[in-house]
Amino acid sequence: MIDRKYIGHTMAPFKVAVEAGRLRFFAKATGQTDPVYSQDEAARAAGHPGLPVPPTFLFCLEMESPDPAAIRNLLGLDYKRLLHGEQGFTYHRMAHAGDVLSFEQRIEDIYDKKGGALEFVVRKTRVSNQRGEHVADLRGVTVMRQPEKESA
Amino acid sequence: MNTVTPVRFDNVNVGDALPALDLPPLSRLTLALYCGASGDHNPIHVDLDFAKEAGMPDVFAHGMLSMAWLGRALTDWVPQSALRDFNVRFAAITHVGESIRCTGTVTEKFEHDGERLVRVSLATTNEAGVQKLLGEAVLSLP
Repeated sequence: MIDRKYIGHTMAPFKVAVEAGRLRFFAKATGQTDPVYSQDEAARAAGHPGLPVPPTFLFCLEMESPDPAAIRNLLGLDYKRLLHGEQGFTYHRMAHAGDVLSFEQRIEDIYDKKGGALEFVVRKTRVSNQRGEHVADLRGVTVMRQPEKESA
Repeated sequence: MNTVTPVRFDNVNVGDALPALDLPPLSRLTLALYCGASGDHNPIHVDLDFAKEAGMPDVFAHGMLSMAWLGRALTDWVPQSALRDFNVRFAAITHVGESIRCTGTVTEKFEHDGERLVRVSLATTNEAGVQKLLGEAVLSLP
């Protein structure tokens, strides 16, 4: 069972630079055809200072943590048994290529269902930019399957 | 593409459908591109050997790839700066070869902190109508 003492635990904050090349690659990978997300001129014509960070890419930037496995290792989560249960974003302002974003992660909750066969870890992440402005809050729910308890 | 005429609060009604976004059949190449572009290098989405070891019959889509498609459906409808909240639950796995449709329906119109907002329910479904992601978004409209 995941140790409940980690509820409220905060991870070491980190910063990630938003690169235009990664945003273009992401646009290609997601089939994005709106030029605002891949062409500087189109982005500027739409009023952006640079290519905008699309709605879900903040989650990808969060994975650019110096140690992406930090929470998994802290909680002893097995990669092969993990599922992404839910993901949410609350947006306060846009982010763009050239921004340097700060990520502060907190383990908000840990709970289980089905007699411990499924354990849930809720992570909240505050994102701010290089001017200290609040960009967004992310909420992710990771599900850990404990197959040996499925008959319990 | 952003619509030529901006979507306005007064012209939106509860029950209105957003323009649907239809994706081509999911390819392994798309999973490889998304692995690299997203930075999510979990091998279960691209390495068949690893997927089988983990008890899966095949690789399968990142949940966040589908959420990115739903994001496209939203920003095709309104500028991204309108987006206030965006939440999904990953209900079922999206498999290689499935053709996914992203849909949205306006469920509520309300005002909060001086903004005029609409709530939209969201889903991705395969060609058989099986729901994969369920969610909602809150958008601020002029």
